[in-house]
Amino acid sequence: MKKQQIIFYIKGQFEPDCLQRLSQEVSITFNRQVLIRNLDLDLEPFYDFKRRQYDAHKILYWLDTNEDNENDKKIALVSVDLYISILTFLFGQAIFNGNTGIVSNYRLRNEQYGLAPDSKLTFLRFKKVIIHELGHMFGLVHCQVPTCVMRSSTYVEDIDQKKSQFCSICSPKIDSEPASV
Amino acid sequence: MAKSISILIVDDEASVRDSLNNWFIEDGYQVACAADAKEALSLLESKSFDIVLADIKMPGMDGLEMHRRIKVLNKEAIVIIMTAFASVDTAVQALKDGAYDYVTKPFDPDDLSHLIRNATKHISLKTENEALRNKVVSLENVEDIIGVSEPMMKVFKEIESVAQSNSSVIITGESGTGKELIARAIHFNSPRKYFSLVSVHCGALTESLLESELFGHEKGAFTGAMFNRKGRFEMADGGTIFLDEIATISTKMQVELLRVLETKSFVRVGGNKEIKSDFRVICATNKNLKKMVENGTFREDLFYRLNVVNINVPPLRERVEDIPLLVNYFIKKYCNAMSRDIVTVDPAAMKRIEEFEFPGNVRELENMIERAIVIGNGKEIRLKDLPLGKEIVYNSAESLEDLEKRHIQFILNKYNWNISRAAKVLSIDRVTLYNKIKKYDLKSETE
Repeated sequence: MKKQQIIFYIKGQFEPDCLQRLSQEVSITFNRQVLIRNLDLDLEPFYDFKRRQYDAHKILYWLDTNEDNENDKKIALVSVDLYISILTFLFGQAIFNGNTGIVSNYRLRNEQYGLAPDSKLTFLRFKKVIIHELGHMFGLVHCQVPTCVMRSSTYVEDIDQKKSQFCSICSPKIDSEPASV
Repeated sequence: MAKSISILIVDDEASVRDSLNNWFIEDGYQVACAADAKEALSLLESKSFDIVLADIKMPGMDGLEMHRRIKVLNKEAIVIIMTAFASVDTAVQALKDGAYDYVTKPFDPDDLSHLIRNATKHISLKTENEALRNKVVSLENVEDIIGVSEPMMKVFKEIESVAQSNSSVIITGESGTGKELIARAIHFNSPRKYFSLVSVHCGALTESLLESELFGHEKGAFTGAMFNRKGRFEMADGGTIFLDEIATISTKMQVELLRVLETKSFVRVGGNKEIKSDFRVICATNKNLKKMVENGTFREDLFYRLNVVNINVPPLRERVEDIPLLVNYFIKKYCNAMSRDIVTVDPAAMKRIEEFEFPGNVRELENMIERAIVIGNGKEIRLKDLPLGKEIVYNSAESLEDLEKRHIQFILNKYNWNISRAAKVLSIDRVTLYNKIKKYDLKSETE
């Protein structure tokens, strides 16, 4: 029995040490190994010139069908602005109970809102969104507890309101996640 | 609540169906999809749905016609129409025919979230059990408020009676008495506990920052604002907003605040769209607001709007019997945080603590215990671990001027108002000390 791993597929610019720290903290949260790999993908075909954003849905399904490690949880970490056809933007998306997700730090930076840069805050927001999307990949739905990381967040200010941990209702569901063969 | 609600998505575009399906599943709803009106109606014949989210333009049958047929099949269903900008007129027609609302594609994630939340609220209100709503609840989440004294029991009773209502509350009390904890207790014992408690420390922000913080701003409102930013009132939708140090807000902000409290709506900085938010307001202050109203520094209308219920948190010196409980609580808190064994308190040290006035209240006591654990022998808090009588444990919320005033008073008292000795200890000349005494209107305790 081999426990499922989590694999970060990286595309874009991130703060030095950010990914290493993220992998360590996510590894502790989900109690499983986290690997970091480069996402070998040209994002240009996923760019919508009219919206000036990248189609998260298409990148997500590309990752789902083209990358190996079928049994592991794969999550793309990008630094571009993401959208899906019905929404004006999104921070991240995942296949519910599936093995693939995508998260962008583009709209998590204070600078995008005319505020002073705060790399610690960006890191914390990024971590929360990654854990949130992984939570969906492990079958968790949005939580009503205001401080739970699975609380739905549609603005960065919502992300700041919650913690990076699961609440006492969501946490056991992650802990009981069976290991895959 | 979300788990029992079912949603039917009707759209001819597979990517729209997929995205919405995924979005609602993550929210815990039961979701079904149909690619056209025919498929949707066939599903509705065999099963009822709480919400139908349907595109207005589809091949075969348009959304308007479908809406009419849905209402025949499932009268109770809430129908939300999805439309592109070009077909807003048709969506308005659907509203006239009884559709619940319409949304323009692509949606802001927050708009979609709000729309569905309002629809589910509408459904749950229909089925809400009055008896359940009126049932008597015992207080929860008050573990951090320590006290068995009579004044604190009165506070607990007030929290219990006010929590279930929607009334505005002003919490008064000296610095360090734990006003924010009382606000948290009210929120977490109210029906709003599943939504956010949003805190704003009004005293820490300039007028323009406070405005942007409370109301949010629109993309392009000022240089660098590339995206919309949600304000605190918006974030508190469904929940509670806690405005700490309310007495510090400017006259202009008092006017703005009054307007928002009256209308429960506002406009983001740089925007023109009115935003509605359902929040409850709790304020706190260590100032006498009534006196400020009399002086003309606080608006009377705002005062009465806020002061529906007033909870006064007693200073620590008026509830001395709570001190041993508080000391034990803070010992447990800090020993656990520092991964140390629980220490005890020497009886002589406890006596001195109980005798101390604590001008900085519970916060000052907390700082004192934390410090004693850090510098102590790891087994027992001794008299010598306490700064009482040697130096003052200052209340960190005080201004520099207040600190200076208190420190000069302390040194003067210590040296029996011997100006030369006090000036020497303070490292200032006698003239400066006289000026400070005059400035702060300091007086000898023996006068």
